[in-house]
Amino acid sequence: MGRLSVNLCGIELDNPVIPASGTFGFGYEFAELYDINCLGTFSFKGTTKDGRFGNPTPRIAECTAGMINAVGLQNPGVEKVISEELPKLKKCFSKPVMANVSGFSVDDYAYTCEKLDSEEQIGWFEVNVSCPNVHGGGMSFGTDPKAAAEVTKAVKAVTTKPVIVKLSPNVTDIVSIAKACEDAGADGISLINTMLGMRIDLNRRIPVIKNKMGGFSGPAIFPVAVRMVYQVSKAVKIPVIGMGGVSTAEDVIEMMMAGATAVEIGAANLINPFACRDIISELPNTLDKYKINEIKDIIGVVE
Amino acid sequence: MKQVLFSVKENTPLTSNVYKMTMTGDCSNITAPGQFVNIKIDGLYLRRPISVCDIEENVLTIIYKVVGKGTEIMSKMTEGQILDVLTGLGNGYDISLSGENPLLIGGGVGVPPMYMLAKELKEQGKSVSVILGFNTKSEVFYENEFKALGCEVEVTTVDGSYGKKGFVTDALPSDYSYFFCCGPKPMLKAVYKATATSGQFSFEERMGCGFGACMGCSCKTVTGYKRICKDGPVLKKEEILWED
Repeated sequence: MGRLSVNLCGIELDNPVIPASGTFGFGYEFAELYDINCLGTFSFKGTTKDGRFGNPTPRIAECTAGMINAVGLQNPGVEKVISEELPKLKKCFSKPVMANVSGFSVDDYAYTCEKLDSEEQIGWFEVNVSCPNVHGGGMSFGTDPKAAAEVTKAVKAVTTKPVIVKLSPNVTDIVSIAKACEDAGADGISLINTMLGMRIDLNRRIPVIKNKMGGFSGPAIFPVAVRMVYQVSKAVKIPVIGMGGVSTAEDVIEMMMAGATAVEIGAANLINPFACRDIISELPNTLDKYKINEIKDIIGVVE
Repeated sequence: MKQVLFSVKENTPLTSNVYKMTMTGDCSNITAPGQFVNIKIDGLYLRRPISVCDIEENVLTIIYKVVGKGTEIMSKMTEGQILDVLTGLGNGYDISLSGENPLLIGGGVGVPPMYMLAKELKEQGKSVSVILGFNTKSEVFYENEFKALGCEVEVTTVDGSYGKKGFVTDALPSDYSYFFCCGPKPMLKAVYKATATSGQFSFEERMGCGFGACMGCSCKTVTGYKRICKDGPVLKKEEILWED
């Protein structure tokens, strides 16, 4: 085990860096650019029971130090993910991968996870109860502790693999939701999904995003993410994956000091497709700089 | 796709708000006319996708209109400035379908990608007709550059202040083997309806990444969902579904 390795729900990662769902597709776009086996793992594009086109365009708006997206879970549906995407993923990535799953009902989540459970390469499920871009699902499960617990239980009942529940920051009390998921059997928590945001085109006096609102991500949300990772990791016993605006090796260290066992990187991949590779190669120097021997030593060191 | 550092060579106005920038760097990944580059601009989060106007050895030419913060900053860039650019993005035009006398239709800042396309078609010995559409005389650019390539050029202006009065569709010739088109969406739709042959259209959309990762610029086509940045920006006439 190298000095960057961490253990995520029983599976050893070479390093804690994980490209976040929705910013890395099924890996092969990035595998054209670099060997993605340098990653700890990655969380593949949010998958739903049925295929989805997602929201109308424009789906993207720029912000100061960040961006808003309202993609709306575009994906080919679980059947095609299994028959078309996972074989391509397997060709360019040899480690366990994280399956990101979304749904519009408790049964949807269970259906999709059950289908994916037999896929050998899937190491973990990341259950997204926090997508701000779809109506009648997604985030509505992540804003109510009871609903989040219900989804967690339903997924746990049909899977053999660790279940990590991805939480929304668009709530009053994220700790109560994290605890509800833990009590319902979650093996880990990941946070934060994007924050609900909006931009307006001053000339046209209409929202930039066709769907009006979308998920705000990028460096601007990093302090909020650090705060929530800190609060949740202090309150639960299961591992926490921290994400939200992480863009540098120092951000990774900060997230881990706040309590994260591993760190997801999202928007940064879209600006610099080499971001994760570069951060991983920078981590050893950053550990030296802060006199850290092994990266796992700093998980949650901040009291 | 390749990440390349370019050095700005020239950055000069062609009209009151359209600029031509040349920059030196590795252009080897730009393999087809109609592809684009995605430029990182200090202080702004998202890169700015701009179509390729021409490549010559290691010199890239882009032409852009100042429409917002990013292009405003670009317009003030000076010689020697280093730019972080993702190159060779998008599919570009498939010129193998051109036939012997293709028609190229560019509107406004849809004109620039037509230049490299015209150049390649002329190199193949094709008889190339070009229609360049603008709103008014003061916006006209690149007419002489296309003429210098040996193309038959017709300019239209909406107000009639230069060239033929009207839209590009008012200047369609009676005979052409195929067409290639780039411009604002209403123009693309009008060309779609007015043309008799098959052809290719280049589309614009707000992009997140520009290389197919984020699904920010998806559209529906006859052959399924496509990403404007990766599976486009060029779509064939037969596969287009007009949504609005």
